[in-house]
Amino acid sequence: MSRIADERVAEVWARLVLEAQEAGYFVNPDDAFARDLVRGLLENEARYGYRACPCRLASGERGRDLDLVCPCDYRDADLDEYGTCYCALYVSPEISRGEKTATSIPDRRRVGGPPASAEEMERVHVAGLTFPVWRCKVCGYLCARPQPPLVCPVCKAGKERFERFM
Amino acid sequence: MLEPKHVEGIHNKHKVFLYTLTTCGWCRKTKALLQELGVAYDYVDVDDQEGGNKELAKQEVLKWNPACSFPTIILDDKECVVGFSEIRIRKLAAE
Repeated sequence: MSRIADERVAEVWARLVLEAQEAGYFVNPDDAFARDLVRGLLENEARYGYRACPCRLASGERGRDLDLVCPCDYRDADLDEYGTCYCALYVSPEISRGEKTATSIPDRRRVGGPPASAEEMERVHVAGLTFPVWRCKVCGYLCARPQPPLVCPVCKAGKERFERFM
Repeated sequence: MLEPKHVEGIHNKHKVFLYTLTTCGWCRKTKALLQELGVAYDYVDVDDQEGGNKELAKQEVLKWNPACSFPTIILDDKECVVGFSEIRIRKLAAE
């Protein structure tokens, strides 16, 4: 038996659907399947302290698992290539309308997470910028301000998921 | 020592061993289809392993599947199927 109450799953699922719609993303139309994934996210939050991808083995160290906190760093690339993210919580418009079916896809995440050296992407140096430009690693949102926002206004990823872009 | 759990089934011709995560939708689908078809299998929920067994289970998965992804299905100790493969699972029940 899951320790996560059905009401809690329903509440988080409803919010997630709303946020996805507002940001232009689509969720899996298989309601029971999607709810189980949300339950998995909440299970992971209960045991690790963060919502690690339900279909990946988390290390239990937040710093090493940031890239697989849902929505993961790989979602958009997988949506582009396969029409579904790795766990299939997020899917393409075609799949969400039931015109295609989500399938199990290969994991593009490197075993153990991204290498430390890849943490800092190659920066484009632009002289005379008034503010640094920050990039959300999940959805690519860019903003110019002294610090990244606490929460990405597009995909709701946390501040720690941003990298300096320029 | 890993302690796999066993699920009975009417199809016992092949040894079916699963490495799974309790939270994963594809792992759940794999188990459900095996049960629906009546294929006997053993499984280890890697995320549920305590202490050293988690690392042990991970190393076992890595031997078969360098991506260490789930589900990893080992057939007859020789064939490795990665991910939820409905066609491959249905074949197990048809053989």
